[in-house]
Amino acid sequence: MRPLSNIPLHESAFLSRVGGERSFRRRLMEMGFVPGTEVRIVNVAPLGDPLELEIRHSRISIRRREAEHLLVSP
Amino acid sequence: MASQAMVTSRPLVALAGNPNTGKSTLFNRLTGSRVRVGNYPGVTTDRRSGLLQIEVREPLELLDVPGTYSLVSRSAEEQVAIDALLGLGKNRRPDLVIVCVDATQLLRNLYLVLQLQEMGLRLLVALTMVDEAGDLLPPPSYLEAALGCRVIPVAVPREIGVSDLIEGIETELSTPSPEPRWCFGPSAKLRMDLDAVLPHLPADWPQLEALALWALMSIDSGDELANIPEDLRLSVRNRERPGLEIDDEVIEARYRWLDREIGPLLRGHPPRTWTGRVDRVLLHPVWGFAAFILVMFLLFQSLFSWSDPVITGIERLFASGGMGLAAVLGPGILTDFLVDGVIGGVGSVLVFLPQILLLFFFLGLMEDSGYLARIAYLMDRIMRTMKLHGRAFVPLLSGFACAIPAIMATRTMERRRDRLLTMMVVPLMTCSARLPVYTLIIASLFPPTLVWGFIPIQPALMVGMYLFSVTTALLAAWVLSKTVLQAGESALILELPPYRLPRIKDVVNMMWERARYFLSEAGTMILVCTIVLWALLSFPKHPYVDEPGLVVSATSDVTLQRHRQGEALRRSYGGQLGRFLEPVIAPLGFDWKIGIGLIGAFAAREVFVSTMGIVYNVGSEANEKSTTLREAIRGETRADGKPLYTPLTGLSLLIFFALACQCLSTLAVVRRETGSLRWTGFLLFYMSSLAWISSFAVYQGGRLLGFG
Repeated sequence: MRPLSNIPLHESAFLSRVGGERSFRRRLMEMGFVPGTEVRIVNVAPLGDPLELEIRHSRISIRRREAEHLLVSP
Repeated sequence: MASQAMVTSRPLVALAGNPNTGKSTLFNRLTGSRVRVGNYPGVTTDRRSGLLQIEVREPLELLDVPGTYSLVSRSAEEQVAIDALLGLGKNRRPDLVIVCVDATQLLRNLYLVLQLQEMGLRLLVALTMVDEAGDLLPPPSYLEAALGCRVIPVAVPREIGVSDLIEGIETELSTPSPEPRWCFGPSAKLRMDLDAVLPHLPADWPQLEALALWALMSIDSGDELANIPEDLRLSVRNRERPGLEIDDEVIEARYRWLDREIGPLLRGHPPRTWTGRVDRVLLHPVWGFAAFILVMFLLFQSLFSWSDPVITGIERLFASGGMGLAAVLGPGILTDFLVDGVIGGVGSVLVFLPQILLLFFFLGLMEDSGYLARIAYLMDRIMRTMKLHGRAFVPLLSGFACAIPAIMATRTMERRRDRLLTMMVVPLMTCSARLPVYTLIIASLFPPTLVWGFIPIQPALMVGMYLFSVTTALLAAWVLSKTVLQAGESALILELPPYRLPRIKDVVNMMWERARYFLSEAGTMILVCTIVLWALLSFPKHPYVDEPGLVVSATSDVTLQRHRQGEALRRSYGGQLGRFLEPVIAPLGFDWKIGIGLIGAFAAREVFVSTMGIVYNVGSEANEKSTTLREAIRGETRADGKPLYTPLTGLSLLIFFALACQCLSTLAVVRRETGSLRWTGFLLFYMSSLAWISSFAVYQGGRLLGFG
């Protein structure tokens, strides 16, 4: 298991644990970030942060710091 | 009362859904222009409702519930959705809920549908964006069977399905609703928690297990919810299981069901080719920022320059209207009241309209096309160092034109804390009303020469004032976020929706709604304040006694007139207040006459110029380019015969105008948008203190160093 923030751009991985502060992770999970879901980083904002993620065919942007709490496995 | 009773007896239909699902477009299509905009009780979140005409029955009331991904809430603003949908507190319970479900984002959108089903609400799913989904759309009948609820495909821009939907609303209201297929079965542990919380739900809430679950997931030590009884809070705090485990169990169960029951119906997703291509340019490190600067330049240019002829036109219209009325009525107190107080006051409200309309037109285009989300994405890295929301950029930029539309634009941010922080610093930006004041002071007191042989001092000072305002605004944001607005800084979760062509109808609709809202809510307050200020500077009326010798020496009637005007102002309540204030502002290098100017400037900062014109007997028509006013300023002396206005006094005055919250209209709008007198008072207090301390430091420091 690795933090999502360490996964190279465009490489798919599967969520295994969603961490972070409660209301943040709850909202993220409610938007479809539940364990077992495929996720990948599709873009990084020009200034290096935040990240653009693709999950369940939608694009959600979160910051690198929070992406460190999303653990994924290949 | 009779009309109130009629309104409440109408069936209420609520329109809910995720953000970016075309909900507002559908709302506008169904209600036409018969829309009422207000606030939900206790918060400043738009409550839009309108009438939906149906052929065979009385009209229905349609309520636009703010877009949300889930009913679970962490703030009073998010709570609006559940309150409105379940009729909690002062809300009326809807008879039917239409849920907008984006056909290209089925699973995530249906998550909200499951929550609504758990709450036992009568539902009708409006499947939007079906034109984008095309052949990939699962047959609605399959979805109906899988969900146990009516599903009607619509695409408003192409007029697809609208009449089916209206028909569907009618059938749903008159027939028993089908049984939903989804049913949440809690684990044994969660069952115990639910049973423990259920008896503590407020008596006027529906006694639903789903609401107990909502409480378990929403209430926390860090939430910002409103109207949660302490008893309920306590019962949630005493739960057996950690909150995280409850969240995991419930959310995963819903998605598991969706993946199993709905997943197989999906036939793929429309590719994001078009959006991807645009994003490759608009989010590019070089082209993205170039495009961003261009868009922002256009926005700024329109607020700053394009609105100017209209603003001048409004001012001229009201001035000539006032003069016309004065000519008809003849001189007298009533004439003065009507012309200077009422007509002038209405004019001072209406001058804000061009900029408000323009800004909200641009904001509407950016929001509906999806670009506003990209701005937040691009600017987040920069804005968050100042603890500001990425979306705060547009309001801050608009603040260079005028704080009023800028403060209204903070509604594009969902969280109250982000809005408050932006509202507290927007008035520090150099708005266009400060420019005449800066021009007058700089041109009067600083020589048109070069410093160090190559920098022209006057333009350099003007640029310096702009840089100063940006720096102070960002610093103030940082300090406020570390002190009074410290709590609840939150992580970013930002959806980047596909680009869509905005519908001009929706954009124009929103623009007029905002303008109407401004006129009815803030406009009246600005009008009253302007009239009070006018009275302060016009009364008491003294029988005027000319200074001995003046009449003889006066070369013309005009001069005499100006001396009388000046004397009347200096003796008014405002003039007395200026003298009263003198000890307070003397350490900044100002005398009581400047004090009168500062009081007059509360109507709008540029009024400082014409007020000083009256005070110095050069007439109210003096503007910042008037040479007589500049000479009068240079000629003013202190009691000891030294000139009052030195470059140091000028600098102190510039700093004061940059920082002080000298604008009644700003305060009126902040009062409306925060819904709080405390925050309005805080804004006035912190900006005034900052201005006083800074001017004091500049003036006294300068004197210690031997300047002035």
